[in-house]
Amino acid sequence: MYLAKIYVTYKPSILDPQGEVIKSALKRMDYIGVEQVSQGKYFEVKLTAKSIDAATAEVESFTDALLINQNTETYHFDLSLVADEVNA
Amino acid sequence: MKAAVISFPGSNCDFDMLYALQDFGVDAQIVSAKQTALTDFDAIFLPGGFSYGDYLRTGAIARFSPIMSAVTQAANAGKLIVGICNGFQILTEAGLLPGQLLVNATPGFICDEVALSIANHETAYTNAYEMSESIVVPIAHGEGNYFADDDTLARLEANNQIVFRYVNNPNGSVHDIAGIMNERGNIFGMMPHPERAIDEVTGNIDGQNFFKSILSSILTNV
Repeated sequence: MYLAKIYVTYKPSILDPQGEVIKSALKRMDYIGVEQVSQGKYFEVKLTAKSIDAATAEVESFTDALLINQNTETYHFDLSLVADEVNA
Repeated sequence: MKAAVISFPGSNCDFDMLYALQDFGVDAQIVSAKQTALTDFDAIFLPGGFSYGDYLRTGAIARFSPIMSAVTQAANAGKLIVGICNGFQILTEAGLLPGQLLVNATPGFICDEVALSIANHETAYTNAYEMSESIVVPIAHGEGNYFADDDTLARLEANNQIVFRYVNNPNGSVHDIAGIMNERGNIFGMMPHPERAIDEVTGNIDGQNFFKSILSSILTNV
């Protein structure tokens, strides 16, 4: 079984109002070194596949289809082989 | 005219839309999102609400509900498809309308009445409004910030697909966009709620001409 850790972020050109609000709060909390905050989404998906190439193709397919909106979001992911029991 | 109002799990404006349509003499009925067929309807309405809890992104899960294949089929057949608020978000997620609704530029839920200008009078949704009219319509959303890339915006402007604009932009939408239609003009989405502005008892009837426009369009087959 494979474990995909998928990180979704806004494309750099998209204003991220939640990130901006968090940044202004951090500034108020005196974290003066904070330059930029972007709020994204993180998914862990366990899946079975015949090979790592097949798993990669599957993850790319379902991420494009559902997990992101390609108008504004982009993603990267890590894929690793894990023990078979779900929630092990 | 026969109309379907789609009820998704989490829809909460489905009955507002049903009553509004019935007020105008439309033979309207609620259709569950679990259904797979939409035959014999002249128009299909996707109402406001929080379909599937707005999980993942607004409209992202709803677009894969069983009824959506039939909605797409009806859209391709030229039937009128109208998405209000969450319905608009579902139509963009489904790719039936371009762009996406993002979190409001100042994050938070806005419940208000706002002025809209009518950007295109020659549509199935606005033909009953006066040329220079500005109307006031309720809004209630946290993700109403319309975004589309520059090429898409240029196309929307060039083809007169922008139907309503905010007079004072409440949510950061590009080009002050409150409502758009597809190039063919049979698929329409807007964030404000005209179905909440049809009865004197609520103190606002600016939404009446929205429904009158749709009715006259269907009757004359625009």
